[in-house]
Amino acid sequence: MQPEVKISARNVNFFYRKVRALKDINIDIYQKKVTALIGPSGCGKSTFIRLLNRMNDLIPGAHVEGSILLDGKDINDPKTDIVRLRRRVGMVFQKPNPFPKSIYDNMAYGLTINGIRDRQFIEHKVIESLKKAVLYDDVKDRLHESALMLSGGQQQRLCIARCLVVEPEVILFDEPCASLDPISTRKIEELILELKEEYTIVIVTHNMQQAARVSDCTAFMYLGELIEYDETEKIFTVPREKMTEEYLSGKFG
Amino acid sequence: MSSEAGGYHGADNPEGEMERAVHGRDVTQVLGFALLFCCILFALFFLGTILYFILSRGLPVISWEFVTSVPRRAMTKGGVAPAIVGTFYLTVGAMACAIPLGLACAVYLCEYSPRTVMVNVIRLSINNLAGVPSIVFGLFGFAVFVKVLGFGVSILSGSLTLGIMALPGIISASQEAILAVPMSYREASLALGATHWQTIRKVTLPTAFPGILTGIILNVGRVAGETAPILFTAATFYTRGYPDSIFSEVMALPYHIYALMTEGTHPEVQTGIAYGCALILLCLVLAVSAVAIVLRQKQRSTYAA
Repeated sequence: MQPEVKISARNVNFFYRKVRALKDINIDIYQKKVTALIGPSGCGKSTFIRLLNRMNDLIPGAHVEGSILLDGKDINDPKTDIVRLRRRVGMVFQKPNPFPKSIYDNMAYGLTINGIRDRQFIEHKVIESLKKAVLYDDVKDRLHESALMLSGGQQQRLCIARCLVVEPEVILFDEPCASLDPISTRKIEELILELKEEYTIVIVTHNMQQAARVSDCTAFMYLGELIEYDETEKIFTVPREKMTEEYLSGKFG
Repeated sequence: MSSEAGGYHGADNPEGEMERAVHGRDVTQVLGFALLFCCILFALFFLGTILYFILSRGLPVISWEFVTSVPRRAMTKGGVAPAIVGTFYLTVGAMACAIPLGLACAVYLCEYSPRTVMVNVIRLSINNLAGVPSIVFGLFGFAVFVKVLGFGVSILSGSLTLGIMALPGIISASQEAILAVPMSYREASLALGATHWQTIRKVTLPTAFPGILTGIILNVGRVAGETAPILFTAATFYTRGYPDSIFSEVMALPYHIYALMTEGTHPEVQTGIAYGCALILLCLVLAVSAVAIVLRQKQRSTYAA
């Protein structure tokens, strides 16, 4: 049985000034699965993932063509409420980026900006999300200390927890372990595997083993094109494209 | 791969050569640091001399009466309280105009303005405004606030003039502080579903706050000490008592110093009083800075690691 499609990209092209950074991307991302995007640096995987919550709107001179459907609705439609879209599609960035505020305030931020004032509810949500991100036990005695006191791995889990507070449907991970040590990386990977029970996850990674460990489906991109997209097991054992095989075996990258 | 076969015919003893080179580098470093240290001493020397002169000549005239009572007997007796109060009002008034306006301009220029030629021209104009001589601001204030708008020679005219003078400094300091906020903070906020304005108000501005405050402190010092802009717009040589509305003309410390040194009939007494005024002006600016520094430290210790 084929799982439900959550996000569907149709003939997506992305231009940065005159440069065509993405070429006719077609991909279906399935609900409550982990989809990994792999490929060498500069292949457009980060660019693509940032289209899914319209983060690229911030780049001056950027322009997107084609449609990206979230639950069947085009998010590039001018009528789309970008603020609501970003609440539904959360994002965790390459470098942990907690605000220079307390751990608690970092967590509560997503709620207060959405107009929630009920303190008890906020506290409940904060603790619940910290527990989901397996961070609560690490920080429960210092919730009101600066988030910048945490280690890199803890900061990244805080960013994941902060993103869970607003109850997103999709979580985008843009190379979440790029700046972390192996132990922190393993913790994040375990967390991703737990989170996929509830959320649709898209992860960009440089690390092929990571894609193999955490993802259900893998897309291989090269020079702005989607070369191959299939179940992770197939991609890693019997890739259809020669280029995919060569990349996975380390012939280029 | 033997070294004899290569084209290198330098020192027979390359290790000794390198030893000498490294030693030369160490000497350069020591000399460099010594030079830098001398520069610091030189700067400190002047600061020390200024403080010494002001303290040694100003302290003898300072008394409780000096800071709390009005001048008497043609400035030779009594105190300078109206000038202290006047400078305080003018500075507070100037900041009340310049801070909100300057901050708003900086936020607009950094966060909202499209990147067009027009905006670059605006930026350039603001920077140029900072270089306009203060007496020109004084003339402008006289023409516009005193005459055209009819505020007369008053606290209001003086504050507005000083405020406009402080504006470019506050705008550029705020701009720098806002631009120094890492893009990743803004992205994190937007990705959580915050609006642009919420991001500015709750993330960007609080993070930029210490830098903005530094800019404000520097400008408070400048505004409190300026004479030229208030010469025709607010200051007067002598008032009987304290100002009773924003339309009153006032005494102000910097202008009072100028008046004491250039007018009057008892220069030997007046010079001492002028140094006393200078000392008080210095303390006033220092007090404002101290408050701002405490605020900034508090902010830093809550946010930073």
